[in-house]
Amino acid sequence: MPRGIRGRGIRGNERAAGWLFVAPAVMILGLFMLLPILMALFVSFTRWNGQGSPFTGSVPFAGVDNYTRLFTDDGLTRHDFMTSIRNNAYYVFMVVPIQTVLALGLALVVNKRRGFFRTAFYFPSVTSSVAISVVFLFLFANGGAINAILAVFGVRGPQWFSDPRGLVHLIVGDPPAFLVEHSVFGLTWWDWLSGPSVAMCAIITLVVWTTSGTFMVMFLAALQNVPVQLEEAGRIDGATRWQLLRHVILPQLRPTTFLVVTLGLIGTWQVFDQIYVMSQGNPAKTTLTPAFLSYRTAFRDFDYGAGAAISFVLFLIIVLLTLLQRRLTRERD
Amino acid sequence: MNGLRGAALAAVLAGSLVAASACGSGFDDNGSTTTQQSAGPADLKILIASSGPAETKAVQDAAAQWATTSGSKATVTPAQDIVQQLGQALAGSTPPDVFYVDAARFADYASVGALEPYAQSMPGVEAFLPNLKQSFTYQDKLYCVPKDTSTLALQINTDLWQKAGLTDADIPTSWEQLRSAAQKIKAKGITPLAIGDTRDRVGAFLVQAGGYWVSPDGKQATADSPQNVEALTYVQGLLKDGLAKYPKAMDAGWAGEAFGKGKAAMAIEGNWIKGALEADFPNIKYTVKELPAGPKGKGTLSFTQCWGIAAKSQFKQQAVAFVQSMTSADQQLAFSKAFGVMPSRQDAQATYQQQNPDDAAFVAGAQYAQGPVNAPKMDSVLADLDTGLQGLQTADPKAVLQRFDKNAKSALGG
Repeated sequence: MPRGIRGRGIRGNERAAGWLFVAPAVMILGLFMLLPILMALFVSFTRWNGQGSPFTGSVPFAGVDNYTRLFTDDGLTRHDFMTSIRNNAYYVFMVVPIQTVLALGLALVVNKRRGFFRTAFYFPSVTSSVAISVVFLFLFANGGAINAILAVFGVRGPQWFSDPRGLVHLIVGDPPAFLVEHSVFGLTWWDWLSGPSVAMCAIITLVVWTTSGTFMVMFLAALQNVPVQLEEAGRIDGATRWQLLRHVILPQLRPTTFLVVTLGLIGTWQVFDQIYVMSQGNPAKTTLTPAFLSYRTAFRDFDYGAGAAISFVLFLIIVLLTLLQRRLTRERD
Repeated sequence: MNGLRGAALAAVLAGSLVAASACGSGFDDNGSTTTQQSAGPADLKILIASSGPAETKAVQDAAAQWATTSGSKATVTPAQDIVQQLGQALAGSTPPDVFYVDAARFADYASVGALEPYAQSMPGVEAFLPNLKQSFTYQDKLYCVPKDTSTLALQINTDLWQKAGLTDADIPTSWEQLRSAAQKIKAKGITPLAIGDTRDRVGAFLVQAGGYWVSPDGKQATADSPQNVEALTYVQGLLKDGLAKYPKAMDAGWAGEAFGKGKAAMAIEGNWIKGALEADFPNIKYTVKELPAGPKGKGTLSFTQCWGIAAKSQFKQQAVAFVQSMTSADQQLAFSKAFGVMPSRQDAQATYQQQNPDDAAFVAGAQYAQGPVNAPKMDSVLADLDTGLQGLQTADPKAVLQRFDKNAKSALGG
């Protein structure tokens, strides 16, 4: 039945029944998700210090101050926030492509095999992220397994969790003067460009390792759905294995790739537990992320307004990037 | 589209209706209507940031004893993360009646009105060490009494000391001697000194040089001074020449671990290192001395927590009685026996020193120790300072200090 028609057919009163059936879910979602989000949004416009309820007249109203402090005021708040954005951007730009490609590769490898390897590759994903973080802390210790292996090849491993220099900095050496003299949003050009620190790289490795298993399962499910006929037709046409992958299988996987990249983007911008367990933002704030900064600002500094503001800016970043990514992948159709 | 908007609207309505009915009572600001129960039995909730099972048990036993004699109830809960748990409890207007407040966080709680300034009028408050009381004074009001204290001192691994050919006569009492002793140790291929890369260790050198991060009243940032530059330059020199190392560079979580593993001949840590070494490295032989004096004499840092009473507690009078019982000289000595802390009372400290002659350096330090930065809203500023200190080896000391001043000024609003 077309929507515009307002006639009351035999299904006319299904609408009320429908609402009745979804009411429990709507109530639960409204109470535990939508309402807290709206409350947090309100808090982000106040200077609430965590004493008593934020919804009384005695809580000073800050307007958009908490937001402008993140972008325009030259102070520690902006510096910390911009540092966290920089760190997380490097993190996202490294984790999302690597984990997507790795997950696809693993899925292709285990597609025709069952049993052991599927379990082995998926195993990191079902293990507690805190437990894995602690194990990685040991692996990346200065005298840990990673540096021991590097030493076998004659490479002197870095002090993973105490060297604040960025990767670019380590490769290029000391920065040219013109990059240090000018700054954008309180960070010099060099601060922006010097790359993720080795500590961040260790965390990136960990996350890629744990999450690629989950995404492998998604790719695997999609691969199982690719019709065999398509592959066979391709082979009959004389396609090489690479051409088969590039022109037959990958186009079939597009919806899954979109899902994996979207989930990856959302998940990586919210990284928190690995940071909390492994580095708490150290060394020299190079692993500070907006999610961790928001937590620290609210619960350590009692600046709940600024903490909530950071999380809403983070929310906007995620929404914008997801929309952008959707547009980019859609244009090719 | 219409359907979608309708659904959203309905969701908002449903949600807010349920919320209004369910938590209407919870969100009342009942700060002004708190009923005071001035006398009689109370039901005290006590939240502690325990250092371990020994402390938890000792406090629980002491609380149980107080409860039986006073006829009240006292429930002691050890916190997993006291800052976060207190933050939530205060936001929900249901704070515990009594809780530990760390000196480094004290001003944050006092400035938002979470604490009852009971200590002003508590009988016997003169007995507590004056510099510790200063740590719990905000805007000229003494809010709470310190439960115990610890100070920094110099630990020396006697085996490594002898291996480097040093004797008791070489134990450093000045910056120059510390440097020359360290050079001798380094010549033998041993890392001389392990020092934590935070303001809570490096700050001691500032005190020895006659400076500090902030003014004594905690109202002004005073980091950028010649004394502080001198202190940081000295520490930087130690780091640059390999005479001192941060724990992370020695694969240790803290200086005590590096010291316990025998990776460093000296460490600068507080009273807690005693218990930690006993538990993890029982075979290490060491002695504890006062920190070497700087250009302006001796200096060390003190760490302390106080027994805070919530401004919104219903049983303030009973809570004060509880705190009095927990901080009596006898009780403090019992606590120090149970989990190795130093009493915060002058009258108990003398007895403590007799009972623990090895701790003489810590006790001596308590007399001239400087407390943590006592100002609200400074946590992220101080974390930023720690970041600067982590990179001290290659940084410009003056730039580190100026950066702190700039950030602190905007946080302190002056």
